[in-house]
Amino acid sequence: MEKLKTILPPLAVLIALIALWWVVVVQTESVIFPTPGQVVTGTMELVEDGTLWEHIGASLFRVGCGFGLAALVAIPLGLWMGRVDGAYITLNPIFQILRPISPIAWIPLAILWFGVGNLSPVFLIFIASVFPMIVQTAAGVHTIERRYLRAAENFGVSRYVLFKQVIIPAVLPEIIVGMRIALGVAWLVVVAAEMIALRSGLGYLIMDSRNAGNRYDLVIAGMVIIGVIGLILDAVMRKLEGLKSVRWRYGR
Amino acid sequence: MDAKIVVNNIKKQFKDLPVVGGVSLEVKDGEFVAIVGPSGCGKSTLMKIIAGFEPPSEGDVRIDGAVRHGPSPKGIAISQHGSVFPWLTVQQNLMFGLTGDGHGDKAALADHYAEMVGLKGFENSYPHELSGGMLKRVEIARALVVKPEILYMDEPFSALDALMNLKMRNELLRILAEERHTVLLITHDVEEALFMADRVLVLSPRPTRIQAVFEVPHPHPRKLSNPELQQMKERILQELGVTV
Repeated sequence: MEKLKTILPPLAVLIALIALWWVVVVQTESVIFPTPGQVVTGTMELVEDGTLWEHIGASLFRVGCGFGLAALVAIPLGLWMGRVDGAYITLNPIFQILRPISPIAWIPLAILWFGVGNLSPVFLIFIASVFPMIVQTAAGVHTIERRYLRAAENFGVSRYVLFKQVIIPAVLPEIIVGMRIALGVAWLVVVAAEMIALRSGLGYLIMDSRNAGNRYDLVIAGMVIIGVIGLILDAVMRKLEGLKSVRWRYGR
Repeated sequence: MDAKIVVNNIKKQFKDLPVVGGVSLEVKDGEFVAIVGPSGCGKSTLMKIIAGFEPPSEGDVRIDGAVRHGPSPKGIAISQHGSVFPWLTVQQNLMFGLTGDGHGDKAALADHYAEMVGLKGFENSYPHELSGGMLKRVEIARALVVKPEILYMDEPFSALDALMNLKMRNELLRILAEERHTVLLITHDVEEALFMADRVLVLSPRPTRIQAVFEVPHPHPRKLSNPELQQMKERILQELGVTV
């Protein structure tokens, strides 16, 4: 019953929007803009010839590589910067300059360095997701309450235990928040990156559908699928926030 | 001399602000000493210095004759806000200080102390699932597990409600009767000090010094309604500038 209450209102608005869309397209007798029905038919076409799964798979693969690499770099780097003041003072300003540069602005450089293969989008996703994770992780280390560090110091534990049982678990909630932000940005960027060149991916699907005969039904299908996958990725990251060992951080 | 803790004329200044103005005291092995003082007088700073978390500007602190340079598991601090790790279960918290070998079955040891402080059945709970009083028990048990010789308690029960506060005093005394520790307790609660301590030191306002010392020779369990204790309470309050 409670669940229904949270699902019903957005669902009602969604249905109203689709209805409005349908009515407007029919009323204006647009030849090029598709109705929701046409979008569904277009999507089914892609499902049937199997290209939809290829595009989704290609996009997810690139996000997986870029995001995974970024996490491997950002989390240790963020922890180090959080613990060692010298590292923080030295590196933080540089990351603060690089961070606000839109990953899209890196596209020309990506093409120059990595060509138009898979490497370019992976690089762009890396760039997009590494900075939020570094910043969030380092900030997480800084917000560890003094009393916990004092207690660890008091018990005279080794550096290994300090990291494993105090610092990492204390920062884990922040790391997960950083990962969620980063994954969201990565998903935004992969689509943009795939619009430039390449022969696969959801971004490519959108550009190709428009270029190859104004298939706006497929353009919108691509957009909707991107949105739904983004929602699923976010839901997965939110699941991580529900883990028992991090739940203490996000209120009771 | 069998003094466990010797505090030798320590002073502490933060920039131009003198906080501790020359405190000397000795605590015997197994003795329970309470320090009371007006709020903001530098009690907590004094405790941090004695426990080793902050260096004094002048003077030194000796534990068993050796000058202290930083905290050690020999003396565990328990503070007002608590430092039970919220990301570990009760049992993991209790086992936290048991690093290295030579503790035997760590989980069994942790469970023994959990039972001692009345946490049996909560070993696998997370701290946010516990009440304030339970959390305090976790903190005390976590300290006891490592068999510290000294307990430094800085207003340990002041964040608890009045009833739980009274209850925890009795619990602490019961536990201390089982395992003798040297205890240094900082509090603003004169009754708490008189109920538990062998000796009560009264601090002056900032920069703080020891202004008066009261021996409390009464055997446990004490009753605060005892006229002698009541009289002592009034004298301590007078020292603190409160007239009743």
